[in-house]
Amino acid sequence: MPSFPGGIHPDDCKGQTRDRKIEKIPLPDKLIIPLSQHIGNPAKCKVKVGETVLKGQVIGDADGFVSLPVHASSSGEVTAVENSPHPQGKRSPAIVIKTDGRDQAVKEFGLQRNWEQLSVHELIQFVKEAGIAGLGGAAFPAHVKLSPPPEKKIDLLLINGAECEPFLTADHRLMLEQSEEILQGIRILLTILGLENCLIGIEENKRECYEALVSGIRIKGLSGIKPVLLPVKYPQGSESQLIYSLTGREVPSGGLPLDIGIVVQNVGTAAALFHGVARNIPLISRVVTVTGAAVRKPGNYLVPLGTQISRLLEFCEADLGRTGKVICGGPLMGISQPTLDAPVIKGTCGILLQGSNFSADTEWGNCIRCGRCIRSCPTLLLPVTIAALSRKDRFTECREYGLLDCKECGCCSFVCPAKIPLTHYIKLAKYHLLKEQHQQNKSGA
Amino acid sequence: MPKLTISSAPHIRAEHSIQSIMLDVLFALLPAALAGIYFFGLKSLLLIATCVITCVAVEWLYQNACGFRITVSDLSAAVTGLLLALVLPPQTPWWAAGTGSIVAILVTKQFFGGLGHNIFNPALIGRAFLMASWPAYMTTWAQPAGLYSHDWLSLTDAVTGATPLALAKTGQYTSQIDLFLGSVGGCVGETSALALLLGACYLLLRGHIGWQTPASYLGTVALLSWVLGENGFFTGHPMFHLLAGGLILGAFFMATDPVTTPLTGKGKIIFGLGAGILTVVIRKYGGYPEGVCYSILLMNAVTPLIDRFTAKRRLEAGK
Ligand code: SF4
Ligand code: SF4
Repeated sequence: MPSFPGGIHPDDCKGQTRDRKIEKIPLPDKLIIPLSQHIGNPAKCKVKVGETVLKGQVIGDADGFVSLPVHASSSGEVTAVENSPHPQGKRSPAIVIKTDGRDQAVKEFGLQRNWEQLSVHELIQFVKEAGIAGLGGAAFPAHVKLSPPPEKKIDLLLINGAECEPFLTADHRLMLEQSEEILQGIRILLTILGLENCLIGIEENKRECYEALVSGIRIKGLSGIKPVLLPVKYPQGSESQLIYSLTGREVPSGGLPLDIGIVVQNVGTAAALFHGVARNIPLISRVVTVTGAAVRKPGNYLVPLGTQISRLLEFCEADLGRTGKVICGGPLMGISQPTLDAPVIKGTCGILLQGSNFSADTEWGNCIRCGRCIRSCPTLLLPVTIAALSRKDRFTECREYGLLDCKECGCCSFVCPAKIPLTHYIKLAKYHLLKEQHQQNKSGA
Repeated sequence: MPKLTISSAPHIRAEHSIQSIMLDVLFALLPAALAGIYFFGLKSLLLIATCVITCVAVEWLYQNACGFRITVSDLSAAVTGLLLALVLPPQTPWWAAGTGSIVAILVTKQFFGGLGHNIFNPALIGRAFLMASWPAYMTTWAQPAGLYSHDWLSLTDAVTGATPLALAKTGQYTSQIDLFLGSVGGCVGETSALALLLGACYLLLRGHIGWQTPASYLGTVALLSWVLGENGFFTGHPMFHLLAGGLILGAFFMATDPVTTPLTGKGKIIFGLGAGILTVVIRKYGGYPEGVCYSILLMNAVTPLIDRFTAKRRLEAGK
């Protein structure tokens, strides 16, 4: 089986939730809908406090090309537009809705469209209007990837069904339960890109998903769509690594997949795209894996966007007394939460609760120069060197060692026997460099 | 509201630690240590105990005295002690072994900043120091006795004789099967290639050492010792040179010491190449019959340089 260099083999820990069907959670009485749930400009708020909104109603307009609208996930009254906790860390502007329990939708909601008769331009328009961001975690607006500049020739679509982070099973369930929607979404993507062929990368520990998709393709008589099994190796689902595994092509340093003719979308994004384009159901909910030792009802839940993590955990009967860390996302790239008030957003693929006895990484040893971090780095960087330079504040030198190509995948920190938080220092260097650059740009302008 | 910990990703770590890796190294050295005790008797055991205990004690005392974090539990000092004992002649006096241990831990490791900061392999510096200070003790060799011999328990000097490499300088070659099994004169842990290879396999399988250094090191020695033979070019005895002396121990356990050797695969190959050339040159033209110790130490010195020039290509540096 083809694969990329480096990478790690953590225990996949998916047993707790892989067989749990996607379950809808009850509507919470309060929704916090951040205006920024995607990479790019935050949406512009278009509702006022006191206003009544309906499910599926646009409550924030896209602000520019690399931006998305946001929709109300249910009906109710806007009670505030304020800075609220955000799962990415900082507080950010959000629309707070007190739901009325009627879950009343706008009248076009669910309207069926025969998408095959729409023009490419209209299809892309609908993708944008549905507010579709990549659901794999990075939350890049989907329509941007689908409108490559004319000089970039796209020749292949890749669908990411790798789900390589341990614990997460949302994509796994989606591929089993909504394989038809995913395949339809892929057909829409192929139509938009004017392509015939698409590969779906799936890690081997999800063989049943592979089979579900293969049989779906056979039944529908689809040609050109080909699921491919990949070895279980983190970060198989990272864009560059997936491309390398499936095609052997390398994304150039500082470049994008479209520079080498490839567009990558996540399986969940494909399903959401189908709902948005063919059913006129904007992205207002997503599947979230809630798991960890302290969760009594672990599973895969269909959660309205804007549901606070605390409400979700309540529903899953999490034992907060036994919880030491709450992570939004997977254990390797996820963000630990200071508060449970932050909402589920478009990029939230999982909530992981670590027990109170997890090993805190406050103490670490000396680097023994074992080179494990180097061997594990999928980007072939020298994490030990970059982190050491970062610790000495030599950020510009970090850059010469390829700092900006770091995917922040966490492999190097994972394997380090001295438990040095390498990824942390690398991120720190990036942060400082970008800040410096920003200041230079400002003073130059 | 529970007390939530905030920290940077990743939130899980691999199970291994420095301690577990060092434990594996100790385990891998066990066959060689046992072979040394088998061939040279009780005095080998005492020598091993002296070195290990001194190394650990010195590290503990120094860190205590300076108020540093105590790190003896990472087992790296124990590994140094064991390695040092294995590269000493069996009847090295206890006080010399102890002094060598102090030099290894205190001067080579702790004065440079502790584990990870030393430039030279501590055990090898310990040995080199003893070689320079008391050459007489370091070149007197007990012949192997074995369990069946009456003097297994004897702590006095056994029959002494030359090592295979010293003999080779006079044109006598020890039989290869003796060299492989270890019933030849030499240092405690160097004699049995079989025992060393067992341990080396374990380390390779566990992923603690790479194949690069041993392969390029052994390959270079084999090739060069054949090319630069006694009776003109291409008349050498590569197999003899591979098995004799401390080459196998050096190639798998010293030249692979992560701290003092290059980081990347390419660098490791260069390291092995350099050490191989130096070993053959010292063995053939130098004053010492054995070149492993100095060749590795010399390569330790150029490791930062090798690292500098072998920084890895980035995957995404272009198509
Ligand atoms: S976090 Fe960055 S440096 Fe570390 S392994 Fe991943 S890509 Fe390499
Ligand atoms: S994995 Fe850790 S100990 Fe090993 S070289 Fe990298 S930073 Fe050093």
